[in-house]
Amino acid sequence: MSLHEIQSRMFAAVIQPLTDSEQMQLRTQDGKSMHEVAAEFIKPNDRLSSFERLEIYNRQYWFRVLASLEEDFPGLRAVVGPRRFERLCKAYLVECPSQSFTMRNLGSRLESWLQSHPEWIQPKAALALDMVRLERAETEAFDGAAEPVFESADLRTTDPDPQFRLQPYLQLLRFRYPVDDLLVAIKKDNPENARVSSAISEIHKRAQMHSVARQKRQPICLAVHRVDYSVYFKRLEPEAFAFLTALREGKSLSVALQLVFRKTDDQTELLGVVTNWFENWSKLGWFCRPTFANQKSISVRRQS
Amino acid sequence: MPANPFNGFTDFGVGIGLRVPHYQHILSEKPVVSWFEIISENYMIDGGRPLHVLDQILERYRVVQHGVSMYFGSAGPLDREHLRRLKALVKRTKTPWLTDHLCWGSVDGTYTHDLLPMPYTFEAARHTAQKIREARDFLEVPIAVENVSSYAEFHISEMTEWEFLTEVVELADCGVLLDVNNIYVSSRNHNFDPNEYVNGIPTERIAQIHIAGHSKFEKYILDTHDHPVIDPVWKLYARAIELAGPTATLLEWDDKIPSFEEVHNEALKANQFIAEAAVAS
Repeated sequence: MSLHEIQSRMFAAVIQPLTDSEQMQLRTQDGKSMHEVAAEFIKPNDRLSSFERLEIYNRQYWFRVLASLEEDFPGLRAVVGPRRFERLCKAYLVECPSQSFTMRNLGSRLESWLQSHPEWIQPKAALALDMVRLERAETEAFDGAAEPVFESADLRTTDPDPQFRLQPYLQLLRFRYPVDDLLVAIKKDNPENARVSSAISEIHKRAQMHSVARQKRQPICLAVHRVDYSVYFKRLEPEAFAFLTALREGKSLSVALQLVFRKTDDQTELLGVVTNWFENWSKLGWFCRPTFANQKSISVRRQS
Repeated sequence: MPANPFNGFTDFGVGIGLRVPHYQHILSEKPVVSWFEIISENYMIDGGRPLHVLDQILERYRVVQHGVSMYFGSAGPLDREHLRRLKALVKRTKTPWLTDHLCWGSVDGTYTHDLLPMPYTFEAARHTAQKIREARDFLEVPIAVENVSSYAEFHISEMTEWEFLTEVVELADCGVLLDVNNIYVSSRNHNFDPNEYVNGIPTERIAQIHIAGHSKFEKYILDTHDHPVIDPVWKLYARAIELAGPTATLLEWDDKIPSFEEVHNEALKANQFIAEAAVAS
């Protein structure tokens, strides 16, 4: 048996879902006896059979990956309920096992998988999909790249119609539900913060269920960003969202403005709005220093 | 003074693993710690708080990288994206040496995120050693491989675990990160004498030692890193130090993590053994 063959056999057994009582299944996917399969390559010892030794790895695999998804998606768990969430995660991981060296990316395909398996999230499919997208955006915003922040000095040296680049970690998303408030409420009521008694934990769970059930459609535009290395949500007006999206797509300042303010005749009002946006977003560090502007400002400083 | 080519950092003494619950204490109290070991994968990201904290730690402390997903023993090739990110981190930390496990954990690009035991065959040893050499050539930093704890053995194995470890590190010409807790755990799970293991490996290749606690179940022991080090493991540690001389030593505590002081004090117990080894040598 080659190295690849023995590893493939063990791998197939390790990632096969556990039974409802969290034991290794007695049959493989193709119907073979798992006792016989395990005995083919695992030695028994005086205390454990080949099956039982393999089962240790099978159980550890599932405990580890399920715990990771539970940690990454507390919002989705609250929306669909803990039992359904666990079953959903098992089904997802069977079809989409990890293809990354880091568990950070374990849930990276969950949204697309749920879109093609809406049966797991009915009748709250739209809310659940919004929540998954927000929770992935949180991960991306938490440890995404940051570039040097744009400073007012850079503005003076750029061309008259500059292209403003947004920080790579900044996530711009549209949602059908106000999932930002819901996720904040869910995390606040996380049973981990209420381990005083099971009764209190139960109260929190019920509060979460009511909170999820009360959700009504309310389209929102959201920036998921970070300040001092903590992730925050900031709602945006549709015009501001469209403007930022245009900048993210690489459009110049004038093109982005034209796209958003096609029907606006009052240039003074427009200038006031945009100035206000830039002041706020600059304070939050959302703009990157343009490479061109950076080079120019350095050369200006050197000359002086 | 370096004890040998693989153990060039005998002055490192005793370190502890850098863990999130201790971030605030370390940054605010600035405790005296000889060095920190980081889990490389936790910092192989593009930005954000983890790297910000790491940069602050690097300003004050020596950091050694320890990986959990290189999977030298997996039959497939090394993950180039993993290596690229790892090299960027090596440049950032300037780690004097780098460690990962003598295990496998992925098949055809799909990952278990576990440290699975190797079949102890000559084919596996050659393959694993070749990947260690490739990684070292790419990363341009000395590599030491760690023995894992295990709960299963393969019929196909052609040698003992310590013979396999020796075969791999000799072929790869790399160092050993000797985890004496893992030796103890595996010895109980597989009925062998842990002293035979320690006595049977090329101790001149020991670059670093891990100590840790574990959990005992009715029929096996799990390597859980959630308890203090038990006496039999300290005895193995003493023997390893006796053979290898003073060696950089690291306490792993990854679950039910107590206060920084408790973890650090547990780690510092190793100093008495290092001092005795220094006197003896």
